[in-house]
Amino acid sequence: MDKQRRKFLKIAGATVLAGISAPAVVTLTSSPALASATEHAAPVAHAAPADAHKAEGHGAEQAPSGVRLGMVIDMRKLYGHPELMEKAKAACHKVHNVPEIEGAKSEIKWIWPVPFANGFPEHSSYHSSKVTKENDFLVLCNHCDEPPCVRVCPTKATYRVEATGIIAMDFHRCIGCRFCMMGCPYGARSFNWMDPRPYIKEYNADFPTRMRGVVEKCNFCGERLALGQEPACLEAVKEVGAIVFGDLNDPKSEISQLLDKEPTIQRKPSLGTKPSVFYIV
Amino acid sequence: MYNKRFIIPGLAIFVLFVTFPLWFNAFSTAASTVPKPELPPGGEKQCVAPIAEMRASHMAMLNVWRDDVLRDGDRVAVTVEGKEYRKGLQMACMQCHTNKEKFCDSCHEYVSVKPYCWDCHLTPSLAATKKETH
Repeated sequence: MDKQRRKFLKIAGATVLAGISAPAVVTLTSSPALASATEHAAPVAHAAPADAHKAEGHGAEQAPSGVRLGMVIDMRKLYGHPELMEKAKAACHKVHNVPEIEGAKSEIKWIWPVPFANGFPEHSSYHSSKVTKENDFLVLCNHCDEPPCVRVCPTKATYRVEATGIIAMDFHRCIGCRFCMMGCPYGARSFNWMDPRPYIKEYNADFPTRMRGVVEKCNFCGERLALGQEPACLEAVKEVGAIVFGDLNDPKSEISQLLDKEPTIQRKPSLGTKPSVFYIV
Repeated sequence: MYNKRFIIPGLAIFVLFVTFPLWFNAFSTAASTVPKPELPPGGEKQCVAPIAEMRASHMAMLNVWRDDVLRDGDRVAVTVEGKEYRKGLQMACMQCHTNKEKFCDSCHEYVSVKPYCWDCHLTPSLAATKKETH
């Protein structure tokens, strides 16, 4: 018995030692191979952050490549014309079967006018001009490059359409958790607290309505663009040409040339969401 | 075998009872309850796919269309025999099958499926209730 116990302890001890030292032996023997691998990988790995830093160092923000649809709202053409803004809102809401519900909590809005101080809280209102004090500003979803709503959506019901840069919604998938409403710093999202259908004045038979319990927002008229039409809000204020829509990454587009020429502002630029909607004030 | 006079008629009655649905159906003259969905009132004979395929997998096709349109931005209309169909329940299907109650519902009710399409999508009859008047 004694003899056997001694034997057992010896074997057990040897096994434990072997077990502990095995990983060390494995790493020691395989390290030359690893070293040669890192030798090749290292320059690349180091180069990437250096490049990124270089780009960040300059003032210009790097825009993603490919088509990126954006909008310039020339407020100079809308000052003193609140009826034009209402017209743009009405046109949008009609095309997309947006219900008209009263009350700040329940209302559904895709595009709507707000006072300057509310829409642009980062821009100083101290000694601000008369026009910014007296006029409302047309605001809508900014279709950001870094959309917080897309990051927080647990079902990917809100997503970025890579081909256009539009932040779109798939209402089939929305579970109504409202994380996106928390995430969006622009208040561009509305929640359907009740069945919206009784509040819709006229149906557009080419577009669905929403159901109770989903979030909705501006879709940059993706369905109209597909038919070669312009966004509904743009079309509604076409008489003054206050809204310009197009590809921000195309240097020949009307919108890029306008952005080159005119100083513009964006809503809450310091948040880093990189909005695609610009304002000429 | 004892109790023969009870067991054999008992068995016969049992077999008749169990097979009742079969011979009742065979001899019944009552109208079949199998649904007959209404064909397009406009008289269209052509659909985006053959009838058998549409019957079996229209729901899968609608899902593919949805993902094409929303996720991949592919809204290119489907052309079948020269006719263009825009991808969409309201924009393609309901253009010909204008009566949801007599077309969609007839089978869906029969097989007791409750698709949630109509929570958001508008049926032609509903869309017509609030139409532009001016």
